[in-house]
Amino acid sequence: MKDNRARNIYMQLSWAMMKTGVIGYGGGPSVIPLIRYEAVTQYKWMEDDEFGEILALANALPGPIATKMAAYIGYREKGASGAVVSVLAHILPSGLAMILLLSFVQYLSSAAFIQGMIGAVTPVIAVMLGMMAYEFGERAVKGLGIYVGIGFFALAFGLLQGISIHPAIVILLFLGYGAFHLRTVAALQLRKQRKQQRQVQQKEGVTRGMD
Amino acid sequence: MEWTDWLHLIIGFFIANALGYGGGPASIPLMYREIVTNREWTTPADFSNILALGNALPGPIATKIAAFVGYDVGGWAGSLLALAATIVPSAIALILLLKVLQRHRKSPVVKGMTLLVQPVIAVMMLLLTWQMAESSIASIGILQSLIIAAVAFWAMQFRKMHPALVIVAAFAYGGLVIPHLNM
Repeated sequence: MKDNRARNIYMQLSWAMMKTGVIGYGGGPSVIPLIRYEAVTQYKWMEDDEFGEILALANALPGPIATKMAAYIGYREKGASGAVVSVLAHILPSGLAMILLLSFVQYLSSAAFIQGMIGAVTPVIAVMLGMMAYEFGERAVKGLGIYVGIGFFALAFGLLQGISIHPAIVILLFLGYGAFHLRTVAALQLRKQRKQQRQVQQKEGVTRGMD
Repeated sequence: MEWTDWLHLIIGFFIANALGYGGGPASIPLMYREIVTNREWTTPADFSNILALGNALPGPIATKIAAFVGYDVGGWAGSLLALAATIVPSAIALILLLKVLQRHRKSPVVKGMTLLVQPVIAVMMLLLTWQMAESSIASIGILQSLIIAAVAFWAMQFRKMHPALVIVAAFAYGGLVIPHLNM
């Protein structure tokens, strides 16, 4: 029974990663919504928060993004062998096709139907990325509050798009501040409470004096 | 195949990917430098052929190039070595980093980091969305892009259709219909 279930997870990992590897057109970033769908929605290996965190760290490290994500998700479920299975399932079909098909390269890359396929899938990928952007934004607002959330959006947008700082650096900056964020919030609230208490005490003092 | 070839494959693909920040596409110029300029494994013309095929096939681009060039230089063993040098170092780094984080999952430090990273990811996804929309409009025009985008959104958000099916449908439309439209 237990063995059966373990084998099932390997099957799930292989099937999920193979799907994302085979239909993910355009390399790394376009595969991310597909991996998220398999890991969060379909197989429920993790919550969206955790997926976002993995994605952020994977972005902050060098190297191809999809294989890093595949390796970690496999490792999280089944240790080192899970990581190997996931990565192989993700890259083998397209890697083999690459080696076998190179003789057709001229034909394939100029064929009208390939151009059409790439053209038609781009808006779909755009919609998927847009939906993901909205969901991450929603969670940021929920966790940080609307004003602080919008402030950090504006800051991230300014850094990434306005002055074109490398995403890895922006992620490291936000992670660095994030380490202190909750402590800062707690300290600010404490100060506010003390101030209110003091005001209440002062008021009480005044009213007593009037008596 | 000489053992120096093995070493060169490992070092070359390791360097190209360890320096390539921002995923596969970012490391293509670095791979070019290792594969064409430094080692002369292929000519510039062949490299652009490999890149063209790599882009026409689905799946991650960096591993497709590694698989092919490795195979070209040293057969199946070469292919495996180049793939391992591309994938393993960054995958292990991510696993170790996340393991440390998992251990301190309850601490306010890690919770704050998880929270603060969400707006950055949202903005990055937004910028990618914009890039994709732009390249889509450039290749199939604004009207078709909008219609396909609207249908895809409806299918995924309201019909809860599996994204893989939506992509396959888009492929079918793009392969069968678009070439016959006069563009």
